[in-house]
Order: sequence, then C-alpha cells, then structure tokens
Amino acid sequence: MIRNDVAITPELVKEHGLKPDEYERFVQLIGRTPTITELGIVSAMWNEHCSYKSSRLHLRGLPTKAPWVIQGPGENAGVIDIGDGLACIFKMESHNHPSFIEPYQGATTGVGGILRDVFTMGARPIAALNFLRFGEPNHPKTPHLVSGVVAGIGGYGNSFGVPTVGGSVGFHPRYNGNILVNAMAVGLARTDEIFYAAATGVGNPIVYLGSKTGRDGIHGATMASAEFDDASEEKRPTVQVGDPFAEKLLLEACLELMKSGAVIAIQDMGAAGLTCSAVEMGAKGDLGVELDLDKVPCREEGMTAYEMMLSESQERMLMVLKPGMEKEAEAIFVKWGLDFAVIGKTTDTLRFVVKHHGEVMADLPIKELGDEAPIYDRPHISNTYQPVIAPESVKPPVSEIEALVKLVGSPDQCSKRWVWEQYDHLILGNTVQMPGGDAAVVRVEDGPKGLAMTTDVTPRYCEADPVEGGKQAVAEAWRNITAVGGLPLAITDNLNFGSPERPEVMGQFVGCLKGISEACLALDFPVVSGNVSLYNETNGQGILPTPAIGGVGLLDDVTVNASVAFKRDEDAIILIGGMRGWLGQSIYLRDVCGREEGAPPPVDLAHEKRNGDFVRQLIRSGQVDTVHDCADGGLALAVAEMAMAGDIGAVITAVPENMPLHAFLFGEDQGRYVMAVDTDAAADILYEASAVGISAVMLGVTGGASLILPGEQTISVADLKAAHESWLPDYMAGKA
Amino acid sequence: MNSAVIVFPGSNREGDVVRALKQAGSQVQKVWHAETELPAGTDLVVLPGGFSYGDYLRCGAIAGRATVMDAVRAHAARGGLVLGICNGFQILCESGLLPGILMRNANLKFICHRQFLRVERNDTAFTRAYKQGQAIDVCVAHGEGNYTADEETLRRLEGEGLVAFRYSNGHGHVTADANRNGSMNSIAGIYSDKLNVLGMMPHPENLIEDLVGGTDGRGLFESLVTSFAKAA
Repeated sequence: MIRNDVAITPELVKEHGLKPDEYERFVQLIGRTPTITELGIVSAMWNEHCSYKSSRLHLRGLPTKAPWVIQGPGENAGVIDIGDGLACIFKMESHNHPSFIEPYQGATTGVGGILRDVFTMGARPIAALNFLRFGEPNHPKTPHLVSGVVAGIGGYGNSFGVPTVGGSVGFHPRYNGNILVNAMAVGLARTDEIFYAAATGVGNPIVYLGSKTGRDGIHGATMASAEFDDASEEKRPTVQVGDPFAEKLLLEACLELMKSGAVIAIQDMGAAGLTCSAVEMGAKGDLGVELDLDKVPCREEGMTAYEMMLSESQERMLMVLKPGMEKEAEAIFVKWGLDFAVIGKTTDTLRFVVKHHGEVMADLPIKELGDEAPIYDRPHISNTYQPVIAPESVKPPVSEIEALVKLVGSPDQCSKRWVWEQYDHLILGNTVQMPGGDAAVVRVEDGPKGLAMTTDVTPRYCEADPVEGGKQAVAEAWRNITAVGGLPLAITDNLNFGSPERPEVMGQFVGCLKGISEACLALDFPVVSGNVSLYNETNGQGILPTPAIGGVGLLDDVTVNASVAFKRDEDAIILIGGMRGWLGQSIYLRDVCGREEGAPPPVDLAHEKRNGDFVRQLIRSGQVDTVHDCADGGLALAVAEMAMAGDIGAVITAVPENMPLHAFLFGEDQGRYVMAVDTDAAADILYEASAVGISAVMLGVTGGASLILPGEQTISVADLKAAHESWLPDYMAGKA
Repeated sequence: MNSAVIVFPGSNREGDVVRALKQAGSQVQKVWHAETELPAGTDLVVLPGGFSYGDYLRCGAIAGRATVMDAVRAHAARGGLVLGICNGFQILCESGLLPGILMRNANLKFICHRQFLRVERNDTAFTRAYKQGQAIDVCVAHGEGNYTADEETLRRLEGEGLVAFRYSNGHGHVTADANRNGSMNSIAGIYSDKLNVLGMMPHPENLIEDLVGGTDGRGLFESLVTSFAKAA
C-alpha cells in the first residue's frame, strides 16, 4: 500500500486543473485515492497541453502521409526525406501563455523547447523561424511584450548558434490579453540515424542528462491549459528560465552520444518535465518505467517527489541506453560539463513506478496515463458566415498612392527589420534568402540542395470563414515556398485557438482543420508535426483563430532560386492567376476603410496548384528570377515590396476593365504571383501560360526611381521605403 | 598554412571560419578549450565567434583565462599570428592580448546586419589582398561590440596605426550612421603592437560566396594564406 499523507480534497483536485469527472475516472482507474505525487502526475499528463484531449479526435483527419514522409505527427518532430540520404526534421510549437507573463523567458524557453524537439531526433538544427502575434499597438502592454519576446528569441537562438531566418509578426486587439509566440526549428540528419522516443527492451537503464532539476516551471503545462484572467501575472513563478549555453552543450553531447551507438530511445523533458518524458517513452514502447528520484541531479535541496516530477527546468533529456554503455556515455557528458545519472530502468509491468527515499510515491498504469488519456468530442457549432462584399460597394480612396503609403507603413505590413536584425540570421553561412522575402532559403550543407521555409496564416480570414481560412493558410505557405522556386514538401501546424469548452471556438477549430486537410490533400503537402494551443483567451475573450502553418520545401539546386527584389530596369511585370478584385476581409477594407468584415477570398485549390506549378517551372528552368506572391494588400503591395527590395521603380500601365481601380490594386484574390522578366522572354511566358489555360497579364514595366500607378499617380521608391521602414522603430522608440 | 581553430563549449561560428580557411587553402585543425598545447606547426590561431562559456559574465571573461589561452599567448609572444573574430575579439581583450574592451551596443540590443568596413592599412598579414581605404562588405552579429578604451590607449592605437578596420558606408566614408554599435572612433578591429594579433567584431567568414551575399570576406583569409606562402 502506498502511504498517503496529503488529503486529496476537491479543492486540491480543482487546483490541479482536473474536472471532477476526470478525477473520478482516474480514481476508478487506479482503484484507490491517489497520492499527492500521483495527482500531480495525472494532472500533468491529462491536461490539454500534454494530452490533446479536446483536439485529438479531430487531428486524426489530417493528411499525414506521402512517399517522402519518414515520420508523421506523434514523435518529437516530423521527418521528411530530402534525398541523398538526408532527412529534414522540423516542428513548430507555441509558448503563448508563459510569453505573456514573462516575455523574455517565455520566448527563450519556447525557442529552446523546439530546438530540443528537433535535436532529440538526431538532427542538427540549421534554421529557426517564428510566428508572433501581439495586441493592438496602442495597448499599454504591447511595446513591452514585443521588446521582450524579440529579445528572448534572439537571446536564445543567437547564443545556441542557429540562424533565425524567417517569421511573421502582426498586431490585433484580439491578442491584447493573450499574445502568440510560436517557434519553429528545422534540422538535418542522416535518414539512417534518426532517433525516436519509444523505449525497447526490459531492464535497460534510463538516464537523465543535461541541467539540474530545480523548482522552476512547476505546473507550467497546467497553466498553458487554462484561460487567463487579471490575476495571471501572479503565475510568474511557473515560467521557466532558459539557458542557451546549456542547450548548446546538450546538443553537442547528445549528437556525440548518438554517434557512439549507445542510444536506444530519447525524449526531451519539455512540458511536464520528467513525468511526461518518462511516461511517453514507456507508453510508446509498451513498457513499464521505474524511476528512483534519489538519483535525480537537483539544483536545490529538499525537493519532494511531487516537485521533481513536475519541474519544468529546461535543457534536460531522458534516454534509454544500451546496457553496458553507461561509462562511455557518461564520459561524453562529463566532457561537455553536463550532469549524467542513471535514474531508473524499463520494466515489463506496464506500470509507472516512482520511488523516493526508498518509498513508492507513485504506482500508476502507464498506457492510460500516456497514449490512452481521456479524449473528448466537444460540442461545436459552425460559424455564421459573413456576406460577400461586392468590389463596387467599397469606397475608393482619395488617392490610390496615399492608400498604398498608408498600407506599407501600417503595423502589419511595415518592414520588420527592427525585429529580425536582433536575430542572427547569417550564422552557419548558408542563408541564401534572409528574412523579408516570401520564404527563407537555406543551403543544405555544402549544396547543391536547399530548403525553403515559411510560417503563415491570415487569422482574420479564419475568423470570418474557418474552412476557407484554414485552406488559405496552407495555400499561402505552399505559395511562398513556390515563389522562391521550392517544391513544397510538408508542413507543421501550430493550432492556436480560444477555449475548446465554447462550442463556437470548437467550431472554428473543426472548420480550420477541415480547410487545412483539404488544402494539404490537394497540394500534396502533408502535416508531419504540430502543436495545439487552446484556452488562448482572457476574461472570456478568445483570440482570432490562428492555425499557424510552418511549411518546408526543397530546391534541388539552391543556386536557382527567385527572390522578391526587382533586379533590372525594363523588365516586364506579369501577374499570374487573374483577378476578381476581392475586397472582403482585405487589408484595404480594414486599414483604409476601417471595416473588418465580409467573406474572405475563396481558395480554389486546383487553380492554386496549377498556377504554382507553372511559376515554379519557370523559376527552375531559369526563365524567371523575380517572383513575389500576392497576399495581404494585393497587387499594389506586392509590386511596392518588389520595388522597395530592389530599389527600382515601376510603371503599372494595365487598367482593369470590369472593376474599380482600388479593387484591382488591393483585392486579395488567392493563388496569384507577380513576376518580373526580361521583356524578350515575356511574350513566350504569356504564350506558355495561355497554352495551359493560366491567366497571365502584363501589368507594366520596371525602371526608374518611382512607382507609378494608373492615372499618373506617382511616389518615389525612397518615400515608400521611408514609410515602410520607419513605423516599427519609431513605435518601439515611443514616437509612433 | 596550418590553422588551429580554438573551440570553446559555446563557440558557434567555428564551422563558418573553418570553411573560410579551407576555401583559402589552409590546413585546419580544431583545438578543444581544455588542451594545454597547440598542434605542432600551428601558424595561425583563430578564436571564433560564439558565446565561449555562455558569456553570462562579461563576454570572453572566462575564456580569456581558459587553459588553452596560455598556449595562445605563448604563440603570440613568439610572433605567431592570432585572429579573433567577434567573441574571439572579446576574448583577446579579456586575455590581455589586445587593449580595450567591448561594451554593450549603444542601442542595448543584439544587431545582425550587413556592414561596410574601411580597410585602414593593407601592409599586414591579414589585409594584403585588399586596397588601403577599400570599403569591404561583410556582416556583424553581436550584442557587445561597442569598442571602448581609455584616451591614452586610443591615442596609441591611432598614433601607431593599429586600427585595422572602421565601420564605414559603401564609399569608405566613416560616418556616425555607419557606426551602429557606438564604438569609439568607429573602431571595428585592432592590431597588437607587432601587427601579429588581429581582433575584429565583424564576420568576414560569412561573406565568402556570392550565393550567400558576397565575397568581400575572402580577402582576409587569402591574405593570410598568401603571407605564409611567401614566408615559407
């Protein structure tokens, strides 16, 4: 019998985030009242963050397979085959709640966690990206949060030594009380040297590696599974503290140990620390696990079993080693100055047994804790759809140029240089395309291959129509990779939503997943890893539904790629993909007319694929080196960004026949690209396009120092750049 | 030329500089920070960029006192060549091999961007492939690159021609705008008295290929290899 010296009251159960019926289910499962340590363990395993209890049912419908997928969702990260015996391993994960409470540390540990997920599988990280959403700029907390999160992301990645090559930053009042910090890491490994979490073999040593265990982060995962209220700042002690130097040591030591052949299974200690990693290794391998906490390296004296099991101290790993290899493994860790301790073994009992001071503190069935945690089919209602807005019904601007200047200098569309200059984006010497373009391009080792990567979603589209918004998020990631010449291969998804206990939020979740699934299938772009972050709401107000998509694609020859910048005078500017002048949910409607409404642009996936395949072929055959996808702000913003990036002006001479000029310029129709090509080649490209039924239209020509819109409306590229580059630095300096 | 690249546990640009050295034709060996000697026949010692021991204390403060640094100091005292880049420059200042110190950037933030440098002199082993006054296009990536020294040291550096590079614009003009980290006299790199030790904040090793932005960084490594071909 296990000694039980803390009375398990309903209040205590509630404090652990367990609903009464969940607790009842647990008591029935073990046939007795749990100990406090056991209550802590089950609260860690069955919370939303670790168990995906509200989302699992719906995630099952996502397309996860393709011939190039080596490992889909369910492991530390997804794995795809990129040829030449190499695998690309990647994942995106949220650290929203901690980053709101303590932005610097929340962001650092978010980056640390995702890097660990990638190198746990045997990959050396080669790039990091992120997806950030903050509250409205004039909210008093926003500048402080932006400053802390950006410094935190840089502080970790820069020291660890991985280039942060891409990301997305945006603002919206719906994130006022709940920002989003999603971090993505991409790594490389040999396809025959990939490591997994599932333990094998009975009686094998379980080894603790890395930093010591302290009292930081206890109940972090439980916090991440609850809504915020005004008292959330009191949760600051549950935020962990990151140590990128320790992580760098852990990376090098783990990769060295993996090479030695001693590792059977490996799992990083992330959310819910030792509990989650040990249970997952056992449950996935159909084995029991026995831990002796007296052996755990601790930073503080007198830590209880409960504290050790729930600590979220960072930069720690758990491994199952081949028996007899302990000495060799220890020598490697001592060389890197890290802790190494055999703290348990695998068993054939399917029980999770935790001992401390010779006494059993927990004895639980491991499968039910892990992969057989509760699962809910929460009620969901579909959203009310917004009406389609006819372009003619939207007010024209006083001048299209003024509207354009306003957009290029708006918080969402302005240059994010102030952010990415704080990230080392050049380390490792393989960054072919830096932040600021459509997708980042990173050379694979010494070439000739390259990887294209991007993070995307348009939350206002998802809010207005979750299915179309979900489709659009995947399509835009696919389009951004295509626009640099990459073949899109797979995605990781970071599904950020409000409380799943509200049927309208579950409706958004289910709708977005439906859209994501349809797009993944149509575009051959499966999901290989991901993360669900629910309960992103404060005082009952949920965030915009934000399923961030992290896409990865392959360039067979990285030297053949396209970028956004205009490169020559007198290139022909061509629009691929036609135009309908869709202004519903457009940036123009929101930021110029002050109306955030209407149905978002529909995504025709067949059209998307046909246009993208056409553009990619043009890039790969060397016919086109200047491409930009058409997204927020439509055609006008795309051309303006190309001009600013290349310091070359353009004249847009095409005029719409059957729609207002502002719909032509700012409409956000999907599946479109703007290209600049040599005038001699333009005719051939237009002909090729018409032969395969793709809309290709001459818009104008590059050259000069100004951007000239129809009607002789002119602005210098220098003035555009001044507006584009100044907003964020001015805002952060308190001037905007 | 035989180069020894010192690897501290938190070094993270050692691979980048190894690539640049090999491209220029040098033999390269990595040397672990706990070693007490350099490999026999070492011509050039490189202290690469990174965060040597985490740099939670002053950057390079612990590394400046690391075991291997005795061997580096001895190598320098013999007239051997030493190149410290970024964290390597910080370590050289902390180890006593170069004067002054690198403070936090003027804006108190880490900055990573392309940066022009003016080559102050081209008669050293490190810069003979460049022209004097040439503006070279490299990059910076640091949080503490704000070169600071007392007045007398600055006067000596300037008087004896020991400033190696200054932050400049693309025309080689040293302007306030070009000096983003706030370094005194826009100093980006300095030599030791005998011109055999160079510390610099910017990263020439990251600009050695057109594919990743340009080749202006190559000259530094080619200068070194050429110096040795001549000496040998």
